Amino acid sequence: MIVRAMEKGTPLQKLLHTFAALADLGQEIADTHDFDEKMRTALHLVQGSLGIMRGALAVFEPETQKMKFIAARGMGENLPSDVKLSSEETSELLGRGIHTLTRDDEAPTLINFILNHQHMFDFSRIDLFVPLVVRGSLVGMLLLGGKATGEGFSAEDCEVICAMARHIGVAIQEHCSFEELQRRAEENRQLYEEMRVIYRDTVRAFAAAIDCKDKYTQGHSERVGKYSEIIAREMGWSEEEVEGIAVAGYLHDIGKLVVEKEIINAPYRIDAKQSSELNRHPTVGYEILSPINHPFADIPLSARYHHERVDGKGYPEGLKGDEIPLVAKIVNLADSFDAMTTDRPYKKRRRMEEVVEDFRRNTGKQFAPEVVVSFCRALLREMKGETRRHLFIKMLGKDYVEQERIAPLLRELIEDLESGALTARVGNA
Amino acid sequence: MAELATGSPVYSRSVGDLAVVYAGDYLNKLSGERIERECRRQLEAGCRALIINFRETELVNSIGISILLGVIDAAESTGAQLVFADLNSQTVQLFEMLGLTRHVALAKDEEEALATLAEFATTSRAAGH
Repeated sequence: MIVRAMEKGTPLQKLLHTFAALADLGQEIADTHDFDEKMRTALHLVQGSLGIMRGALAVFEPETQKMKFIAARGMGENLPSDVKLSSEETSELLGRGIHTLTRDDEAPTLINFILNHQHMFDFSRIDLFVPLVVRGSLVGMLLLGGKATGEGFSAEDCEVICAMARHIGVAIQEHCSFEELQRRAEENRQLYEEMRVIYRDTVRAFAAAIDCKDKYTQGHSERVGKYSEIIAREMGWSEEEVEGIAVAGYLHDIGKLVVEKEIINAPYRIDAKQSSELNRHPTVGYEILSPINHPFADIPLSARYHHERVDGKGYPEGLKGDEIPLVAKIVNLADSFDAMTTDRPYKKRRRMEEVVEDFRRNTGKQFAPEVVVSFCRALLREMKGETRRHLFIKMLGKDYVEQERIAPLLRELIEDLESGALTARVGNA
Repeated sequence: MAELATGSPVYSRSVGDLAVVYAGDYLNKLSGERIERECRRQLEAGCRALIINFRETELVNSIGISILLGVIDAAESTGAQLVFADLNSQTVQLFEMLGLTRHVALAKDEEEALATLAEFATTSRAAGH
């Protein structure tokens, strides 16, 4: 805001100039986002409103009990970067509130802070001092040197300075509150990250515990988690969802913890009764997982439905197609893929060509076509060297995932699934 | 002319160890800081007398006043002479009210400012300064 001078030196002219400075200060505090810049401008406005030659503005840091200077004009080289306050000085300034203190004041009004820092007041030729106190907190101080007119500060000048100091004090306090809020938000973020790590580690420990029960399938849960993660990422899921499905994969067999070890480790094909016992594990897994408040809500569902088939011939409920949650369809494929590609007590792992052929044969029966396509695409992209991480190779071995033989089969399967030829065939069948 | 990184340039010219800096139409924070930088640059380069020409200046706000106080301080600390030239009547009144005119000479125009400084230089030499 600009005030045009009217009559030379009239009180009205002075009042208007001061009022304009106050209005500019309010606007500056509201509009400027850069705190340091805001404070520099605030100091300009205080000095410019009354023609004050020297000025400095400091922010109080409660942790260090220091007044740290953030803006200064005309103070020369003598102004220190900060001033340490004793607890008595802090209390004294707090008690004063926003109040101008001049060095010409009578002795009883001279406070210890001025007396203790006499050298700074002398060297920097500071004539007036205002502690910035907002809502009972000391937030900073304003130091001012002489007026360009050579006159002392009048009572009206002090009123104007106090009014501006209140604005500045509130701006400092808001900034400090915002910084504190940011600090706490960062602490919370770090805490959340740590909790995520703990959660993931706990889940992995559970997965290891589950797999320990089955001496033939050690690492199975972790691999299912990783394959599920690969499929979900290929399907374009968000990172949070990908992390969630990885956990779903780790825990999909948690229900096996209540199945007898002899059944799980039977080195022969289990009988119907044993099979019935084993087939309880999805429901039991759901019961274990559902009371827990997981970051990814579908984790219990993946445990419950990972043995469902899209043709309705799975268990425990015989759900069909879209009745099966997608998370369970993904874990189902990951689970089956790991079962086919690892040695079991009663059979050796299949060759990769056979696995791809199994996918072809069972898409639309056991497996959901969209999940098979995503899995094949992810595998093909790794074979072609389009991915940074070689997860399949790490888990299966380089020779097993041999590009020349497998890539054409995968391409063909993807084309058939994308064209709908395979699903039409499945539908007709 | 001193071309600054952003915004409109600050025009200045040097006459021996004297420099004339031209203020823009509105002396606010942005333009004021450019002028202050240019004045300080001239003083650091050894300029002994500085004229700020306010021919184009219609308005000066509180930030502009503070910045000009900074220029006055810089000039005083280097012992350089400072003259404000070609101010409109409102700006003169504002400067008088706030005491700037106690620290700088005012001149009707740039020519008068140059003459004032020449006279001062002659007087100083005669006085053996």
